[in-house]
Amino acid sequence: MGPDEMNRNLMGIYTIWLRDVRRFWRDKPRIIGATIQPALFLFLLGTGLGKGIIGAFGKDLQGDYLSFIYPGIIGMSILFTSIFSAISIIWDREIGFLKEVMVAPISRWAVAVGKAFGGSTVSVFQGCLMLIFAPFVNVHINLIMVATLIPLIFLIAFSITSLGIVAAARMRSMQGFQVIMNFLVLPMFFLSGAMFPITNLPKWMDIFIAINPLTYGVDALRGVILGMNNYPIIMDVGLVAGFGIVMIAVAMVIFGKGE
Amino acid sequence: MNIIEVVNLSKNFKTKKGFITAVKDVSFNVKRGELFGFLGPNGAGKTTTINILCTLLAPTSGRAALNSYDIVSNPNEVRQSIGLVFQDPSLDERLTARENLEFHAMLYNVPKSLRNDRIKYVLKMVELYERKDDMVNTFSGGMKRRLEIARGLLHYPKVLFLDEPTLGLDPQTRSHIWEYIHQLRKKEDITIFLTTHYMAEAENCDRVAIIDYGEIIAIDSPDNLKKQIGGDVVSLVAEEKAMAKKTIEKEYSVSVMEDDGKLYFEVKEGETFLPKFIKKADFKILSISLRRPTLEDVFLKLTGRHIREEAAEADTALKIHARRLRK
Repeated sequence: MGPDEMNRNLMGIYTIWLRDVRRFWRDKPRIIGATIQPALFLFLLGTGLGKGIIGAFGKDLQGDYLSFIYPGIIGMSILFTSIFSAISIIWDREIGFLKEVMVAPISRWAVAVGKAFGGSTVSVFQGCLMLIFAPFVNVHINLIMVATLIPLIFLIAFSITSLGIVAAARMRSMQGFQVIMNFLVLPMFFLSGAMFPITNLPKWMDIFIAINPLTYGVDALRGVILGMNNYPIIMDVGLVAGFGIVMIAVAMVIFGKGE
Repeated sequence: MNIIEVVNLSKNFKTKKGFITAVKDVSFNVKRGELFGFLGPNGAGKTTTINILCTLLAPTSGRAALNSYDIVSNPNEVRQSIGLVFQDPSLDERLTARENLEFHAMLYNVPKSLRNDRIKYVLKMVELYERKDDMVNTFSGGMKRRLEIARGLLHYPKVLFLDEPTLGLDPQTRSHIWEYIHQLRKKEDITIFLTTHYMAEAENCDRVAIIDYGEIIAIDSPDNLKKQIGGDVVSLVAEEKAMAKKTIEKEYSVSVMEDDGKLYFEVKEGETFLPKFIKKADFKILSISLRRPTLEDVFLKLTGRHIREEAAEADTALKIHARRLRK
């Protein structure tokens, strides 16, 4: 690949990234919706589970449940935002816009990379927006934490967006969205340790939790925010990054093959 | 000089029932500056050929070069050389007209210093400059198509592909789009490659390739193609079709084609032929009409079928009703 071609591809990546960011920024209802939904999980489900159920069994966990799930809910917000961004490929295909991109004089793998960066950027914004809830769950956030969280969120989001791109790459209609929701997004959320500790679970669940990249993302988030992590953060980051590299590579190959 | 060269191009698609050949061993050239048309019914292989030429599909066999770049080995150079207006819309409706063009200009490497001027120029050309900051989802179908034509021109392409550019537009908008196309040829050094199943549109082309079942069955200027027809075309509906057909064929030694319940045949000097013919006919004529040959007749002659009902509608407009005409 010559320098001219590389420049074109970088410009292509930037263009696709810019479109995603621009569209996200313009879609205020989406931003509000994507903030409200995790807030509902956090405050309604979190309070209910914390006080109602866990409170009935063990007094010691009661007050801490909200702060326990708080990093998990940030993980959920990243998961949903990333997947939604990736899924927009199906939408682009349906409205015909993807063709405009596919016949542009840039390499097709660059389309996947631009999309992954776009989804990650949007997720960082959405994930950081969740930090405004910290005072309500007795979590103290300082600037160093924020400075650590931004690249961490970016990394998690990049991995998940890449996974979403792979899932959406060959889908022809929005019907596929339900499949992705039910077979990918929800299981990933439930089996990530976002809502409950992942120790002392049945064996079959352990397997799914272990292969779920979000598990390590949530673990790292919890480590940074609460100092409560099951694995070393460096391992979390390594596994999430490794997964992300594999996924973006697969996405690039699929896109490189054309429509 | 040929801007497009296609040699023995074929494309097979795999389906559940086996292989379908969408494009069968097609060869043709398009000259630089030409307005070249692909005419054929839906499913004839027009869009497949365009998709191959614009690098969206890989050919099964054969080769093609555009602006002297091979479509398989130099796809990026080919893509930089072409502008495309697809059959289906391909705009981002949640961006403004200007943003859609900006996006395109960036993807096609239009230098930043030229970008704004070029966007202004193409928007003015299709008379959308006043709407540049409006969201595309507020545009009508015709406006969207115009914006797509503007977008296709943005990066100074050598060839502009228009896949059914007027499909689904009302007649007024359709003729409007054609005004832009003609204007474009005067203003820009550009080759236009269009597909259509509208006969009247194909008449505008310098050369037309008639394509059917994935094969080019004729390729020439519209005038030369129509010269294949031996004069004027008489079409009639008779009560006893089979008998009428036989009689006409015997009496005038012409070949009579049958399509959609009507009989067609060609005669020289139709105006003087028709009164004599009606007087002499010993079968009941329900309606009869006479017209100059069109590309539709060429298609009918070559394939034995009509392209589709649009042509029949045009026919109706010209029809001389000859009901109750008896010998």
